[in-house]
Parts: sequence; structure tokens; C-alpha cells
Amino acid sequence: MMRSVIQVSGVRKSYGSTVAVAEASFAVNEGEIFGLIGPNGAGKTTTMECIEGLRKPDRGSIVVLGLDPFREVYQLQNRIGVQLQQAQLQKRIKVWEAVDLWASLYQKKTVDGDRLLDQLGLTDKRNAWFMNLSGGQKQRLFIALALINDPEVVFLDELTTGLDPQSRRAIWDLVRGIRERGKTVFLTTHLMEEAERLCDRVAIMEHGRIIDIDTPANLVFRHCPERSVVLEVSNPSIADRFKMIQGVESVERNGNQLTILGRGDLVTEVIHCLSEDRVRVTDFRVILPNLEDVFLKLTGRSIRE
Amino acid sequence: MLRGLAKLTWIEIKIFLREPLGAIGTIVVPVLVFIVAGRAISSKTQTPSMSSFARVGLPVMVTILIVISTVLSLVTIISIYREGGILKRLRATPLRPQTILSAHVLVKLLLTAASLLLMFLAGRRYIPPDVHPPIASFVLALAISTWSLLSIGFVIASIVPTARFAQPIAAVVLYPMAALSGLFAPVASFPPAIRALAHTLPMTYAVSLLQGIWVGDPWSAHLGDVAALIAFFLLFTALSVKIFRWE
Repeated sequence: MMRSVIQVSGVRKSYGSTVAVAEASFAVNEGEIFGLIGPNGAGKTTTMECIEGLRKPDRGSIVVLGLDPFREVYQLQNRIGVQLQQAQLQKRIKVWEAVDLWASLYQKKTVDGDRLLDQLGLTDKRNAWFMNLSGGQKQRLFIALALINDPEVVFLDELTTGLDPQSRRAIWDLVRGIRERGKTVFLTTHLMEEAERLCDRVAIMEHGRIIDIDTPANLVFRHCPERSVVLEVSNPSIADRFKMIQGVESVERNGNQLTILGRGDLVTEVIHCLSEDRVRVTDFRVILPNLEDVFLKLTGRSIRE
Repeated sequence: MLRGLAKLTWIEIKIFLREPLGAIGTIVVPVLVFIVAGRAISSKTQTPSMSSFARVGLPVMVTILIVISTVLSLVTIISIYREGGILKRLRATPLRPQTILSAHVLVKLLLTAASLLLMFLAGRRYIPPDVHPPIASFVLALAISTWSLLSIGFVIASIVPTARFAQPIAAVVLYPMAALSGLFAPVASFPPAIRALAHTLPMTYAVSLLQGIWVGDPWSAHLGDVAALIAFFLLFTALSVKIFRWE
């Protein structure tokens, strides 16, 4: 039985007449990377900031590491690490000064700042001003600041937004590294690829509500069981045989290219037919649904809209 | 409770000095005003009114100038920090909000003291030889005045919509206040309505206190000013606690 480090139940938060979070309930297990995913404006950041103790929910209860985040915010802040969306530091603060300042704020023993900078590849930027760092360097510094107190839970809000693909991948490796050290990671993202590659479990949020929670693979399996095989064959008349396979929903033919859509053990069956009939295959691709398709299916709209 | 205060204050001082324009504007300009005006006046101190201005008016005027630029820079920096999400980021640490704000007040007080010291050192010969201002008392009076006026800064910083408006709005509030404060003409010489208005403004009490202490008045003669400044400080601090926005 996994121990849950965050329990959220029935949380609601509105700003004036705008309801940011209508109803959110979920639990985050110790040692996992948990992702809150959804489009911009879904209520992810508000939910996260309630958990961090920065906002007080109108209704519902939150327990983080056994603490009430709003009433016991200072105890909590000693035990968690936070990276905020679109946060800035003083323009002319130096990297080492920020790390040094943060290290001085915690009651407990902090990790070695220089080693942390080294692990995050910031050693040669030690004396650089914050304003002169690149986007990726700033995010790495924010990760360093979130880790300085050796936290039990790390919160990362839209960590890679605005970064180029290369920096994004580097950051993903760092986040996996945080999990390797036995820490729990709670992150938000509107990038489905990020959620799929990084998260052990995700909660899909839309219009202030959690609509489903599971591992990325299970979500895809449950909501989008169809997959398609696209292949180019010398003899397209084999299409009729594919139609006989159990679970096939459609076979489309376009010259020598066939697209077979279905569910179940589609790929094995297609390969089996091909080898039995000794069909020459010049191209073969399996198209699997991903979280983006799950989101489309659940909400009727694309997450990018 | 004030964990991190010393380090944050020290870092903020370093950051302040890294921005050359800010440092020049806050420290050097008031001192230059004192020297230039002092030189102009000291060459014609024969006229009695000029002499009285050099004795009391000028030093206090420059002091108030220092205080105003201090308040302006506090308002500006708080609103920039808020707009940039820096206040929010600092709040997501065990840093107490009051520590963050205290650090800024401390930085501003230290800078005010530095400006004043520079003014004394650089402008020593423009202070008439028969004037012996009680430096320690004056510094204390300045600290009380600055503290009180900084609390207005927090109220202004709470209500300015964006950092762009911070400086202009603060200037619009502070300069008229200075004009009515008795800095340029004695409050007693104002028409009754304006005199009444002047007595509702904290700067009037700051000017009265600073001018009095500069010419050697005992503190007992200015207890009313000190009480008023403390009252304003409490009022504005309570108000800004209510309306201050962190983001």
C-alpha cells in the first residue's frame, strides 16, 4: 500500500464570480511523479497554489505531509520545494546569491548549494545576474531553489513552458532525477508529451474539474483503445483479409497504402496475415493514440485550442 | 521570526548598487543639489534672508528631498517586484512577508543615512560656521520621519495598478505634500484653509521636527511632531496591511 503525501478532497476556489476550481479531489502517492494536466485556464495553477498554501480554498480540505497547508504554511514550506509559473527573481541578483539566500531561509539543514548548481549545470553561471540567464538556465535555477531544502515533495508549475525542445528534454531528465532520490513530484503541464513521458500518474483537469485520474497508459487504454496500422504492400487486395480480423473497424485503401483501424490485438493479427500470405511490405507503421487523443475524446476539444 | 532578514537586506543593497542610475538618482543627486545651492548661496550670505535659508532651509530641504526619493524608490521597487512575481516567489519560502518588507525598509533607511552622511561630508563648508547641528539627534529625527513617510509608500505601493505608474503616482502624492509642508514658506504664513490642510499631512510634521532639531531645539519642543509621525506610521501601516497585494 502506497502512502499518500497529498490528499485533496472537494476543493473549490473562485475569484469573484469566476470559478477557477469547481471541484478537485485526488491523492498523490509518495515517490511518484504526479501530473495535473489540462489546457491553460483549467484551474491547474490555482489547485497547485492551494496545495502549496499560497491560496486558501473556499471549500474542501487539503492535507500535505499531514499538515494543513494554509494554517501550517511555515512548517509545510520547510518540507516542500516550489517552482512557480512565470516567477522572476531580482534582475541583478547573482545565481549564487539566490541559492545562498534560499539556503538561509530554512530551519533544517539544506543541501550544498554549489553541488546543486553543479548537478544542474549552472556552475559556470554562478556569478551571472538573473536577468542575463537564458530561459532554460532560469528554470534550472528555479529547480535548484526548489531543491535547496531537500524537500519531501517538489511542486513544478508549467516548468518547461517556453523552452526549446532540447532544454525541455534536459529538464525532464532532471525531474526524473528528483524522483530517483525518493522525492514526490507534483507538476502541472499543458503539454501532453511531457505528461506522457514524465508522469507515473496524471489527473486530467478541465473547466475546474478533474475528469479522470490514472497512469497515462491506462488512460489511453481505457478511453482510446483503437489503434491503426498503416502499411504499404505490393498486393493491396489483401485488404479483404484484414477486414475479417476480429476487432477491425475499418480498412481504407489508397493506392498501395492500407490503413487498418481497430482495437484488440490488431498488430499481431495483421503481421500474422502478412506472413501467411507472404505479402511484400514496403512500409509498416503502428499509430497509437496518446494522451492528446484521450483529452480530445473526454472533452470534445483539442488541448491546444 | 526574522530569519533571512540580514542576508536579504545585504543582497538588496548589492542589487541596488548594481543599478547605477538608481544609485546616482537616490544618493548623488540630492547631495549635488546641496552643494550647488550651497555654493550659490554662500557667495551672497550677506542678505539676512539668504543666510537664514542656508542655516536651516537648505539642509532640511535636501533632507526632505532624500526622504522623498527614498519613498519613491521603495514604491517603485515594491511594484516592480510584485509585477515580476518576485514577491510571490519569496512568499513561497519560509520567509515571512514582514521580513521581505522590513528588508526593503532597512535598505532604504541605510541609503538615507548614507546620503545624509555624504551631504555632511561633501557640503561641510556650506553649512555656516556658527551653525552646529546636533548630528545624532538630527539622524534620529530623520529616521523617525523616513519611517513614517515610508509607510505612505507602502499604501501607494498597495494601490498602484502597475509598476509603470508607481513613480508618477508617488510623485504626485509626495511633491504637493512637500510644497505644503512648510519647507519653502512657514506653515503659519498660509491662509487658514491651507494651513489646516497642511496639518493633516505627515510631511508637515517631519519638516517641523527636522527644522527644529537642526537649529538645536530640545526634543521636548517637538513631542507633538513625533507623536503625529508615529500616529501616521501606525495608521498607514495598518491600512497597507489591509490593502497590500502580493501579486
